[in-house]
Amino acid sequence: MNTVKERLVAEPERYEFNAPPIHQFALARREFFKVLGAGIAVFMVGKDALAAQETAPGSRSFHSEELPKEITSWLHVGEDGTVTGFTGKAEMGQNIRTSLSQTIADELRVPFASVRLVMGDTKLTPFDAGTFGSRTTPTMTPQFRRVAEAARNLLIGVAAKEWNVAPEGLVAADAKVTDPVSKRSLTYAELARGKTLAQNLPAEDPVTPATEWKIAGKPLPKVDGRAFVTGGHKYTSDIRLEGMLYGRVLRPPSFGATLASYDDTAAKAMSSVVVVRDGDFAGVAAPSAHEAQKALDAIRTQWKEVPQVSSKEIFSYLKNNAEPSSNERFRREKGSITEGLAAAAHRLDATYNVAYIAHGPPEPRAAVAQFADGKLTVWTGTQRPFANRDELAGVFHMPESDVRVIVPDTGAAYGGKHTSDAAVEAARLARAAGKPVKVVWTREEEFTWAYFRPAGVIEVKSGVAADGRLTAWEFHNYHSGMSGIETPYDVANQLTQYHQVPLVLRSGSYRGLAATANHFARETHMDALARAAKADPLEFRLKNLSNARMRAVLEAATKSFGWPRKKTQEGQGFGLACGDEKGSYVAACAEAAVDRALGDVRVVRVVEAFECGAIVNPDGLRNQVVGAIIQGLGGALFEAVEFENGQIKNPRFATYRVPRFRDVPEIEAVLLDRKDIPSAGAGETPIMAIAPAVGNALFDATGIRLNDLPLVPNGLRKA
Amino acid sequence: MTKSMEIEVNGKRYAVSYPPDTPLLFVLRDELGLTGTKYGCGEGQCGACTVLLAGAPRRSCQVPLSAAAAKPVTTIEGLEKDGRLHPVQQAFLDAGAFQCAYCTSGMVMSSVGLLETNANPRQEEIVRFLQGNVCRCGTHPRVIEAVEHAAKMMQERAR
Repeated sequence: MNTVKERLVAEPERYEFNAPPIHQFALARREFFKVLGAGIAVFMVGKDALAAQETAPGSRSFHSEELPKEITSWLHVGEDGTVTGFTGKAEMGQNIRTSLSQTIADELRVPFASVRLVMGDTKLTPFDAGTFGSRTTPTMTPQFRRVAEAARNLLIGVAAKEWNVAPEGLVAADAKVTDPVSKRSLTYAELARGKTLAQNLPAEDPVTPATEWKIAGKPLPKVDGRAFVTGGHKYTSDIRLEGMLYGRVLRPPSFGATLASYDDTAAKAMSSVVVVRDGDFAGVAAPSAHEAQKALDAIRTQWKEVPQVSSKEIFSYLKNNAEPSSNERFRREKGSITEGLAAAAHRLDATYNVAYIAHGPPEPRAAVAQFADGKLTVWTGTQRPFANRDELAGVFHMPESDVRVIVPDTGAAYGGKHTSDAAVEAARLARAAGKPVKVVWTREEEFTWAYFRPAGVIEVKSGVAADGRLTAWEFHNYHSGMSGIETPYDVANQLTQYHQVPLVLRSGSYRGLAATANHFARETHMDALARAAKADPLEFRLKNLSNARMRAVLEAATKSFGWPRKKTQEGQGFGLACGDEKGSYVAACAEAAVDRALGDVRVVRVVEAFECGAIVNPDGLRNQVVGAIIQGLGGALFEAVEFENGQIKNPRFATYRVPRFRDVPEIEAVLLDRKDIPSAGAGETPIMAIAPAVGNALFDATGIRLNDLPLVPNGLRKA
Repeated sequence: MTKSMEIEVNGKRYAVSYPPDTPLLFVLRDELGLTGTKYGCGEGQCGACTVLLAGAPRRSCQVPLSAAAAKPVTTIEGLEKDGRLHPVQQAFLDAGAFQCAYCTSGMVMSSVGLLETNANPRQEEIVRFLQGNVCRCGTHPRVIEAVEHAAKMMQERAR
């Protein structure tokens, strides 16, 4: 649209581009044991790296000083029996510190309490592309199982050698290796003592099946839970370093505005204040937050603003500004839409609009940066510590090995903390100040200068035969994204297409990505088609659905909900929706109550069934599923970012409405545990079915079909 | 501008030098290092910064330092007594009533404040009282469960 837009670099669902990981690992073996102490270590190596090594003699035991660059996870058993797992993933409330620790304890056969995890530290943990896409459980769980199994076998091997017996007869359990014949046993701590044994292993070793899990699969409480109820846990924004300054950054009055004039004389005159101007970046650092604010306020500026698209016109803008079809990133076609529509007894065309929404993480973006001895260390709550490190290295022209990014367990992200904004800002100020600097974004900055879940327009054309079978399905998504764009229903004639549109607002990942928008459109449309065909919405779906896992969640949710329900009062309505994404399956039923005189809309009850393979921690999973339902209610009912002339009009919790206690319905989460299926992630899919289930319930209650998200930002009053 | 004042926090007295209109939140966090009290919005809309001021829950981002100087302040760090968690803290722990837990301090402090004046609140009363506390992870049902559980524990301890 204009050149300014190009600077607003988004992370548009980056992992859908399948960007290849850049492996970086420099910690030498000797240094590894120096840092962790002696003991036993096992490294998980990517296939290619191992193949390369196997050309050398002594391939499977590890002799070189340098660790291979493709190590993806590792584990250390210390001389005191402490087990430490290392992963580049970050804990942000999704409870992976707990679930991954369970997995390690389970496979290594040690008590849960003896395991600790080092996470999201670019110096200590293996490279990781980021914590997103519900990838932690499906990738890290099997990897930690394999390293733990190998460590267990190493320990058994050490014991066998000690006793001069065959390892096959020895048993590992409860952090001990026991010889059932002689009844001798040695603890892992005793076995690790004085050793610096390291082994790397390929990715294909077998692991304990879910049916035999003893620690995994149990509802264990959150690791370090006590630190969270006592205020003891240090989030990034809680870190205080010796001599640390507080930083604030100068923000333009609107998106795309550039500095026309700038005068920082007054700010510079303040004692102990550091002022930085570097191109379009300007910021201050001072010994206290209020001094920093005062200095920032003292900078006098004039800005050149540029015209911007507003939320009022966003949907027509998106529809009219799609890039030419040669740039389409996704188009799938089978059969013939024309023939499918010709065979239809009922046809339905509809357009669905989805507003921008904000993540509103409880902890705003924050970073603490420190330059010392030519090296830069940054603590920051990000989902992508290695990408942050690389960006910092680029910005400050430093080798990546001189930049360390550490992610303290973070005050949530929901897909919103991929970028390095606060890290770069804090580091820029710290370099100028020669002291550590902390930058914590204000809530208004968070609502304005972070990025959003993109808005979108979705058009659906469809046909259904007299017997209730789908004959045609044409689905176009403009801008919001490709996740969950394909229908899971059996339709012979399909056309599905994603149309890219240049960014209007800075946009990126949000829990579930575009799957929420695509599921909203599809499942609302399916409901409307069922009504057109005079079929029950559940029966209509089942008739067109052969996927057994999807049918299972639909049946579980509707059974617990009591579908079909008879209405017992005025304004009551019931709706359902289902979907699958990222290897997991969800179905939701909602009951809504509408008071048309008052315009009052209430979601009374939600039953959601969710299946993600073998459950690692049912308690943590339940928290995630219930949390996704509640968070999903916000985007379903009332959340929308309003913007005009390049300004966010509702950048506060007072004006951007998020779900609060009163909005929370009675919720029942039905978790299906499929021990025969590898564990998938659960952070995202449980959010997808809520909006359409609620919208369909509102239709059932009122006869009004709402095709836009949010559904009822201003209630639903009788006209 | 800057003024020397004394404030009492968690039973300890501190001399601080700040402009009197500085929000208590920043003095607690930046000066006293009591970072359990969180910044969430700076306008009293999210409850993350809730502390007790003379026993009543207040948003510390909205309390000027000068107003805090006259009354004892209790923060999340002041609830634990002799290594024993406050029943509300224990109940949150037992119920797993947190995910990212950034809102937890504020939730706990608000709940302590509620139970000070209403030892056995009905569910609607808990909902109404906690309406000003934002949890973005969606842990609300467990928070309610925790408060109910804490009320029971406190009544048992009082017996």
